[in-house]
Amino acid sequence: MTGTEIAASVLLLGGALLAVLAGVGMVRLPDVGSRLQAATKLQVIGLVVLAAGAALLVPVSEVLKLALVVLFQLATAPVLAQLVAREAHRAGVGKPLVRDELRNGEGPGAPPPR
Amino acid sequence: MSAVLLITAALLLVAAGLTLFRLLRGPSLYDRLVALDLLVVIIMGGILVEALQRNESANVLLLVVVALLGFLSTVSVLRFDVEERR
Repeated sequence: MTGTEIAASVLLLGGALLAVLAGVGMVRLPDVGSRLQAATKLQVIGLVVLAAGAALLVPVSEVLKLALVVLFQLATAPVLAQLVAREAHRAGVGKPLVRDELRNGEGPGAPPPR
Repeated sequence: MSAVLLITAALLLVAAGLTLFRLLRGPSLYDRLVALDLLVVIIMGGILVEALQRNESANVLLLVVVALLGFLSTVSVLRFDVEERR
């Protein structure tokens, strides 16, 4: 096991553990908003760590593609989280929020009166 | 090295199982969407581990396709879900 392989295996195991943590978060957390937190954050970080581990093993030409995948995931995950959270909020899913500017209509992103 | 890849694959399988539980049980559509999105990323991890296992790294490009697919499918479902409006 050379140095890079040890580093790669540490990163790979870390990424896999983060994925398991995301899974546990998905099961344990009470409502959509908090599950979204667990899923989005950990999936992105897990993928970054996994890709970093893999980048040490693959030839240099593939590292660029891995970087492309990571960049794409970093860009789209927040967008997805925002979309899902907004739709879930509009559909009234999950626990009512303690402080809900959007619901009372005075928040910046308040939905247009239907 | 292959032992590490095996453990990584096993951990990803555990994560996929947990997400599948949320996918089946999730009360609302949005839980299922979040679970599916996470499942897509776990599948991408699985593809990466399998590419490393066979140490033939041509299908790293496949990851880009799967990432795009995951994103577009979630967005399209969100675009057309109107039945839960209150």
